[in-house]
Amino acid sequence: MPTITYTDADGQTRDVQATPGDSVMETAVRNGVPGIVAECGGSLSCATCHVFVDEEDLATLPPVSDMEDEMLYGTAVDREDTSRLSCQIRVVDGQDLHVTTPATQV
Amino acid sequence: MSGLLVVGSSQAGVSLATSLRALGHEGPITLLGDERHRPYQRPALSKEWLQGTVTSESLLFRSDSYWPEHGIDLVKGERVIRVDKADDGSGVAHSMSGAQFAFDRLALAVGARPRRLVMEGTDLPGVLYLRNADDALELKARLPDVRDVVVIGGGFIGIEAAASLTTLGRSVTLVEAAPRLVARAVGEQTSAHLLEHHRSTGIEVLLGTSVRRITARSDHVGGVELADGRVLPADLVLVGVGVVPNTGLAESIGLNCADGVLVDETAVASDGHTMAIGDCANQPNPMPGAPPGDRVRFESVNNAIEQAKVAAYAITGRREEYAGIPWFWSNQGAVKLQIAGLSTGHDRTLVRRDAGKGKQSVLYYRGERLLAADCINSPLDFLAVKAALSKGLAIPFVAAADPAVQLKAVTQPAPVPVGTAR
Ligand SMILES: Cc1cc2nc3c(=O)[nH]c(=O)nc-3n(C[C@H](O)[C@H](O)[C@H](O)COP(=O)(O)OP(=O)(O)OC[C@H]3O[C@@H](n4cnc5c(N)ncnc54)[C@H](O)[C@@H]3O)c2cc1C
Ligand code: FES
Repeated sequence: MPTITYTDADGQTRDVQATPGDSVMETAVRNGVPGIVAECGGSLSCATCHVFVDEEDLATLPPVSDMEDEMLYGTAVDREDTSRLSCQIRVVDGQDLHVTTPATQV
Repeated sequence: MSGLLVVGSSQAGVSLATSLRALGHEGPITLLGDERHRPYQRPALSKEWLQGTVTSESLLFRSDSYWPEHGIDLVKGERVIRVDKADDGSGVAHSMSGAQFAFDRLALAVGARPRRLVMEGTDLPGVLYLRNADDALELKARLPDVRDVVVIGGGFIGIEAAASLTTLGRSVTLVEAAPRLVARAVGEQTSAHLLEHHRSTGIEVLLGTSVRRITARSDHVGGVELADGRVLPADLVLVGVGVVPNTGLAESIGLNCADGVLVDETAVASDGHTMAIGDCANQPNPMPGAPPGDRVRFESVNNAIEQAKVAAYAITGRREEYAGIPWFWSNQGAVKLQIAGLSTGHDRTLVRRDAGKGKQSVLYYRGERLLAADCINSPLDFLAVKAALSKGLAIPFVAAADPAVQLKAVTQPAPVPVGTAR
């Protein structure tokens, strides 16, 4: 099972075993990892699932869709080059991911 | 030692239990609901789940291990039918199966139920409503035998389901009694845009049209007879004519109700102890500048989450008034509608449009004050309006009128009000 490492804005980390096919958002929310709000439950409507993806992992992810790109301009903490909406990142077998959550989502 | 009993384990109930644990509350929590399923999110039932693009598992709020790990006693399949409550807010809830659940404090998160159509034929097999997972499962199970669908009601659920069923290749007619779509929740320009879009995808939309009765073909639904006598063929009829808040339990324990359980800014009902949250609760209008005494009952995920948070604070002894800006989304096929704020009381509107990209935002103002926006495929406008409203910032009408300008770029501190001058 792939492991997702969530680091919060204070630097505290948590490792969660993820089911391939689930999103990085779902994996966090279902297991009670704080820092990702995800009000819309993954339907790309709220921009409260913002994460910063580690540089090395970023290149392995499928590209950002136009809608995600627009939504990223409206996140509570300003986007950076490594920003993604975690509901749009699917976990793939054999691929660990490292993400950092912003100080706030709302 | 009986703790908090939350009745209703959907969006509001789940948010209350999980918010309490996130706040560090350690008291016992029982989260009880009458459905047989593990707690799940409803919005996709008319959209992605119906279209088959997400799995049932992905609708679950939490993993199975979350509940025991966080000391939340999750009870499924128990319907509370009677509550004995003392003056201090504690008591015992009795379920239909005869089980009893003692509580120190009760939270009602019992939601709403579909308003039923009252006319001939509504009890025929194939006449469906869409509120919960069982409704959605039945809808999906019937689809293989369905070609013609009639949706009665042009509100969010009706339109979303119509769009999903069209995507699935069904022939859909949507009948709405009002002269425009979603008249209750969006302005005219938004209704017009939705109408044009959905007609262009092949949905036959009949506005200002009422239904006389539902007709049978052998012992199953066969058609929908309109007021003018025309009969629309139907293998399946989906009724989406609004919901009614579940206030029966609240009324039975003497709580004041009027279109929902009446609660204050902290989600506390009229007995001073019991809480009511989500679709079943009617609360003071939280919008900044709302007329004093004005009340609202929301039917949205955002409200269920926000009100649950306020209730969680109240339970932990901290007074936090409901202050969030109401927002809502509705994905209708290729249309993503996002609404921020409440447009009630607006005196002018501004439309920003990029027709080529199917984008349209309508901003609602009272004088210079921005109240709300309906945004179609325009998430940037939506997020900018939501942020401005939440932070008490202004988006000047004149600046926003230029569709080339980003709303975020023209957001500025609100002018200091001088007397009544604008
Ligand atoms: C198909 C559909 C699509 C939607 N799409 C969107 C959307 O896109 N965006 C959005 O913001 N909102 C959407 N909504 C609305 C949103 O889902 C609701 O606002 C939200 O579910 C309200 O949560 P709630 O917990 O207050 O009530 P409910 O979700 O109604 O839950 C109440 C629960 O309490 C249970 N219950 C009731 N009485 C008892 C009793 N006596 N004993 C035990 N249990 C009881 C009910 O069975 C139910 O499980 C949609 C709703 C539906 C049905
Ligand atoms: S969960 Fe709402 S946009 Fe990702």
